[in-house]
Amino acid sequence: MTFKVASSPHQHAMRNTAGLMRLVIYCAVPGIVVQGYFFGWGILVQLILAVLTALVSEGVFLALRKRNFERALGDYSAVLTAILLAISIPPLAPWWIVVLGTFFAIVIVKQLYGGLGNNLFNPAMAAYVMLLISFPVQMTAWAPVQALTQFSVNLADAASVVFTGFTTDGYSLGQLQTNIDGVTLATPLDQVRTDLTLGLTYHESLQNEIFNHGMGIGWAWVNLAYLLGGLVLIKTRAINWHIPGAMLGTLAAIAAVMYATDASIYASPAFHLFSGAAMLGAFFIATDPVSAATSNKGRLVYGAGIGLWVYLIRTFGGYPDAVAFAVLIMNMAVPLIDYYLKPRVYGHWSKRR
Amino acid sequence: MITALIILALLALGFGLLLGYAALRFKVEGDPLVEQIDALLPQTQCGQCGYPGCRPYAEAIANGDEINKCPPGGEATIKNLADLMGVEAKPLHGGSTEPEVKKVAFIREDECIGCTKCIQACPVDAIVGATRQMHTVITSECTGCDLCVEPCPVDCIDMVPIKTGITNWRWDLNPIAIKQVD
Amino acid sequence: MSMESLFNRLKAGRLFSFPGGVKPPERKALSNQTAIAALPLPDKLFVSLKQHIGVEGKVQVKEGDKVLKGQVLTASPNPFAVPVHAPTSGTVTRIGLHAAAHPSGLPEQTIEITPDGLGQWTTLSPIPNYAQLPKMKIIEAICNAGISGMGGAGFPTHLKISSKKDVEFLIINGVECEPYITADDRLMREHAWQIRQGIDILVHLLNPGAVLIAIEENKPEAIDAMRVACKDQSRYLVCPIPTRYPAGGEKQLIQNLLDREVPRKGLPIDVGVIMQNVGTCYAIADAIFSGKPLIERVVTLTGESLQAPGNYWVPLGTPVYHLLNQAKYVSSLQQKKRIIMGGPMMGFTLHTDLAPVVKTSNCVLVPSDQAMPLPPDEQSCIRCAACADACPASLLPQQLYWHAKANELERAQDFNLFDCIECGACAYVCPSDIPLVHYYRRAKADIRIQEQEKQKSDKARQRFEARNARLEREAEERKAKHAEAAERRRQAMQQPADNPQDKIAAALARVQAKKQAAQPDAVPEANEDKVAAAIARAKAKREAQQAQTGEPAKASALADDPKKAQVASAIARAKAKREAQQAQTTETVESASPAASDDAEAAKKARVAAAVARAKAKRDAEKADDAPESDAQPAENAQIDDADAAKKARVAAAVAKAKAKRDAEKADDAPESDAQPAENAQIDDVDAAKKARVAAALAKAKAKRDAEKAASTTETNHQPDDITQVDDAEAAKRARVKAAVARAKAKKAQQQDDPS
Repeated sequence: MTFKVASSPHQHAMRNTAGLMRLVIYCAVPGIVVQGYFFGWGILVQLILAVLTALVSEGVFLALRKRNFERALGDYSAVLTAILLAISIPPLAPWWIVVLGTFFAIVIVKQLYGGLGNNLFNPAMAAYVMLLISFPVQMTAWAPVQALTQFSVNLADAASVVFTGFTTDGYSLGQLQTNIDGVTLATPLDQVRTDLTLGLTYHESLQNEIFNHGMGIGWAWVNLAYLLGGLVLIKTRAINWHIPGAMLGTLAAIAAVMYATDASIYASPAFHLFSGAAMLGAFFIATDPVSAATSNKGRLVYGAGIGLWVYLIRTFGGYPDAVAFAVLIMNMAVPLIDYYLKPRVYGHWSKRR
Repeated sequence: MITALIILALLALGFGLLLGYAALRFKVEGDPLVEQIDALLPQTQCGQCGYPGCRPYAEAIANGDEINKCPPGGEATIKNLADLMGVEAKPLHGGSTEPEVKKVAFIREDECIGCTKCIQACPVDAIVGATRQMHTVITSECTGCDLCVEPCPVDCIDMVPIKTGITNWRWDLNPIAIKQVD
Repeated sequence: MSMESLFNRLKAGRLFSFPGGVKPPERKALSNQTAIAALPLPDKLFVSLKQHIGVEGKVQVKEGDKVLKGQVLTASPNPFAVPVHAPTSGTVTRIGLHAAAHPSGLPEQTIEITPDGLGQWTTLSPIPNYAQLPKMKIIEAICNAGISGMGGAGFPTHLKISSKKDVEFLIINGVECEPYITADDRLMREHAWQIRQGIDILVHLLNPGAVLIAIEENKPEAIDAMRVACKDQSRYLVCPIPTRYPAGGEKQLIQNLLDREVPRKGLPIDVGVIMQNVGTCYAIADAIFSGKPLIERVVTLTGESLQAPGNYWVPLGTPVYHLLNQAKYVSSLQQKKRIIMGGPMMGFTLHTDLAPVVKTSNCVLVPSDQAMPLPPDEQSCIRCAACADACPASLLPQQLYWHAKANELERAQDFNLFDCIECGACAYVCPSDIPLVHYYRRAKADIRIQEQEKQKSDKARQRFEARNARLEREAEERKAKHAEAAERRRQAMQQPADNPQDKIAAALARVQAKKQAAQPDAVPEANEDKVAAAIARAKAKREAQQAQTGEPAKASALADDPKKAQVASAIARAKAKREAQQAQTTETVESASPAASDDAEAAKKARVAAAVARAKAKRDAEKADDAPESDAQPAENAQIDDADAAKKARVAAAVAKAKAKRDAEKADDAPESDAQPAENAQIDDVDAAKKARVAAALAKAKAKRDAEKAASTTETNHQPDDITQVDDAEAAKRARVKAAVARAKAKKAQQQDDPS
C-alpha cells in the first residue's frame, strides 16, 4: 500500500488565484454599472469584445507555447485585464481599438514576457498607452454624459457605432459627442486643461456645463463606485491598503498644496480624486499584483510614486489623464523599489537589543 | 572652432584622468583567474579532461581551453565556469547527458592481493594499505575519480554510488504532487 | 528595555507582536475533549537510536538480550548524544534498519523490542533532594534520562541548560499554535503541578530573572491550571498569547513577549532567553523526582479519519499502525492513505505506518480528504506577495521561490533563505498553491550538500597538492642520489682497482650472499625473501664490521669501505645486466621468430623465454635489492661511528638498486620494442605478433611483481615484529597470490585480446 506523501504545510487557505481575480472583477461591477448608466451601453459592447479577444488570444498563445491553456484560462487573469482595458477606453470607440488593445495586452505585454506573473508592465495600462499614442483621436473621443447629449444611445446604437461608426439612425460619433447646443464636449479633465491653456482660471472652467457643483457630472459618481468596490477589496483582504492609500494620499496632498498655493490655476484635491481614472487606477489597476511592488514599504513608495506622476502629468504634462502613464513609469521602478526596500529580516539587526 | 576643439580635448583629458584615478583608487584585487577556476572544479583529480589534475585544467581553461571537459563536475560546473569566464555554457564534451551520480571506490577486500597499484594511482592518497596487505579506501577522502579501477590487476575495485542517507537527502518526495503547470 | 520593565509590562498583560502569521482553522476540539488515556502495548516496539538533533550513541545491548523497562539502550561520551531507553521490558529481537519517523522515509538504525507484557522496571535512581546536589549532577541526570526538546526540533536539553551566560527570562512554551494538536494543552490541564516541578528544577539550574509561561489564548483551561500551579511564585508569570500561527515558534514567541530578536545564526541565549517546552519540563520532573527516563510521551491522535481521536500516553517506539488501530482509523475517508506526523503546518507525511513514535512526535494527524483537501497542482506565481505578508521572518518568499526554482542558490541565500523557519505560512496563503516551503527545503538541502562538496573538494585539492609535492620531493631526492652516485662512480673509475684484497672480499661476500640466498629455497614453507633478507642482513653486518675492523687506518677506511661495497654492487649490477641482456636477446630472438612462423609453438616458446627472463630478473632483483639494503641497515644498527662510510655504502646500495631496476625495466622494454619491429616489418600475421605481446606483457607483469616483492622485503625489514606475525599466514597468502597472479594473467590476456 502506498501512502500519500506531500510536503508541509498540508493545510491551505481556501483562496486561489482564480477566486482572487473573480473577487476583483465582482468589486469592479458597481463602477462598471455606474459608468454604463452615465455613458451608455457602449461599455457593455466594449466589455464583450475585450473579454472575447482576451480569451481567444490567451488560449491561442498558450497553445502555441505548449502550455495547459484550459487551466490558465480558468484563472480569470485575462478576463480581468480585458475588463480593465474595456472600461478605460471611450465606450463608443471603434471595435478594432479594443480588439487591438486587448490582443496587445495579452500577447505582447503578458504572454511574450512569459505569461502570468512574469510581465513587467500592467498589461491593460500598457495596451491603453499604446492605443492612446497610436490612435489619439479615437482614444480621446469620450462621449459626454448621457444626460447632456443631444441623442439617446441604446444598446443597438452603441453596437452599431462601435462596429460601423454610425448609430442605427445614422448619426456619427462626432455628432454624438456634441451637446444639445451643438458644442463638442470633452471630459472634465480635458475641459480644465483646455480652459487653463486658454487663460481661464480653474474656477471659470468649472462654470462649464459638464461640471456640476465643481465635479464632473457622472465622473464623480463613477469614481465613487470604484471607491466602494475598492474598499470591499481591502475589507476582504484581496488587496492591501498600502498602494491605493499611498497613491490617493499623495495625489490629494500634492493637489492640496498646489491648490492652496494658487487656487486659480490648480484644481482642488477633490477634483483630482474624483476625476478621470483616479479611483479605478488606485484600487484596480495599480494594485495589479504582478507588476506592483511586493513589500509593504515598497507598496507605499510605489503608490506614492503613481500619485505623484498622476498629478504631474495631469497638471504639467501633455495628456489630460495620467493613471496609465504613472502606473507604467512606476512598473519600471518596481525592481528598484523591491531591491532597496526589502523588509528587515528577523534577526538581522545591527545595533539593537 | 578652435575653442570647441580645446574644450573637447580638455574634456577628454579630464575624463581620462578621472577614469585613470578611479581605476587606481577602486582597483579590485581579485584572485588570479586560475585560482578562481580551480576553485570551481570538483577536485576529483580524475584526469578525464585530458590534463593531469584539476589545476592543470584550470590553467588550460585560463589559456582558452573549452570549459566542458569535466565530467565529474557536470552541468553545474560548466555553468559556473561559463559564468566566471563570461562564455556560453555548452553541453558536456563527449555528450553523456546522464545525470551524474556521485560514486566512491570500494575495494572487495578478500580479493585484494595487496599490490599497491591503486595506492600509486590514487591522486589524493585516499587508499591505505601496504604491500601484500589488504588495501582499503578512505571513503570520506575518495573523490570518485575512477583512476584506481584500471590499474588493479585483479579487478577488485568497484565504483559504488554514494548512498542517500538522511544527511544528504535532497527532499525528493517522489510521489509529491509538484507538477509544473503554467 | 530593561528586564524589570519588561516583566511589569507583561504582568500588565501587554505584549509586543511579530509580523506576518496566519490564522488557520484550529480544529483542536477534535482531540482536547477527553483526558490523556493509556494505550495497550503494541506487539513490537521500534526504538530509533537517534531521536534528536545530534549524534546517536553506541548500542549497549545485542539481539536476544532481555531488557527491563527504562534500561539504557545506547550510550556515548559525545555531548551531542542523548541515550535512548527501553520503553518496556521485553526482548531485543532485532537491531537493524527500520523505517524512521523522518520525512525522507529512509530507514535508520533501530532496536526492535518485543514486549513481555510485564512492564518490569529497571532500578531507578531518583534525586528528589536535587537542590543539595551540584548542578552538574542534575544536568547529568537529565542527559542520562534521554531528554531532548519535545516541542519539535529535539535539541538535547542538557546542552541548552548548560549555558554559562546569564539567563534573564526562562520561557516555558505552551503555545502549541499548530492546528489540531492538543498534547501540551491536555498535559498542562492535567499535570500542571508536575510541569511546575520541572520548571523549579530549571530555575534552580539556570537562575533566571523571571519565568514566563506562554500559552495561547485558545486554551483557557490550561492557562487557569498553570496559573493555579504557579500562584505562589511571584516570578512565574503565565502569559496568554493571541492566537496566531506561528506564535509558538521560538523566535516569534521571544519577539512577541520581549520584542527581542534572536540574531541570525544565534541562539535565544544571545538575547538572554532560554526556552523549554512544557512537555520537556514534565519529563525533567519525571527524571529527577522518579528517576524515570524519557520512554513515553503524550501524542495527539487526531484527524477526521479517526473515530477515537484524543491524547494518549504512547511509549516511544510504538509503530504508527498500532496507534491508528487503537484510534479506529476509517480508511474510507481517505482516497490514499495520508498520515501526517506533527501538525498540518509543519508536520511531514509518513511513507509507511511502520514508522515509530519518537521523542519529538507530538501528533499523528489523519485528516479526511474532505477536511484537508490535497493541494491542486501549482500555478504561476502572480507576485501577489500574500506570502510576504504572512512571513513571520519578514522574508520575501516569492523572491526566494523564483531563485530556488531557477536553482540560483546564491541569489536565494542573498534573500536570506536560511532565515526561513519553514513554518509554512507562505505556502498556506499562496493563492497559486505553490509548495513554497518545499522549494526552500530543497534549496537548503542543495546548498548544504554543495557546501559539503566544496569542503570535500578543498580537502581533495590539499591532498592532491600534498601528494604532488611529496612525489616531486622524492623525485628530486632520487635525482640528487643519482647525481651523487654518478659522481662516485666516476671517481671510482678514475682510481685503478688495484686492491686485490677488496676484490677478494667482494667475491667472498658475493658467494656468501648467493649461498644464503639459495638456502631458504630449500625450506619449503618459510618466507624465502624475508629469511634470505634477514640472513643476508646478518652476513652483511658481519662483513661490514669486518671491513671496519680490518681497516684501522682512518684515511683508507674512507676510501676502502665504500669501494668494497661499490665493487660488490658493481658486480651484482654487471650480473643483472648481463642476465637482463640475455633475457633481452632471447626475447628478441623468440619474439622475432613467431613473426616468421605463425604456429602456437612460437607463442609457447616466447612464454618460456619470458618465464626464464622473469625468473632471472627476479633473482637479480632480489639479490640486488637485498644485499645493499641490508648492508645499509646493519651499518646503522651497529652504530659505527664512521657515518660517512655508512652513508656511502647506502648510496652505493641505492645505485645498485636503481641499476637493477633499470635493467628490469630494460627487460620490460625489450619485448615491447621487439613487437614493434615485427609490426614494422609488415608481417601479415598479426596473431603471432599479438602472442608475442601477450608473452611480453606477462613477463612485464612478473618482473614488476618481483620487483615489488623485493621492495616489500626491504620494507618489512624495518618491521621485524611483522615478520613473525605474518609468517604463519604465509602459506595461505602464497596460495592467494598465486590465484591473484592467475587472475591478473587472465585479465592481461583478455585486455590484449580485446582490441583485436
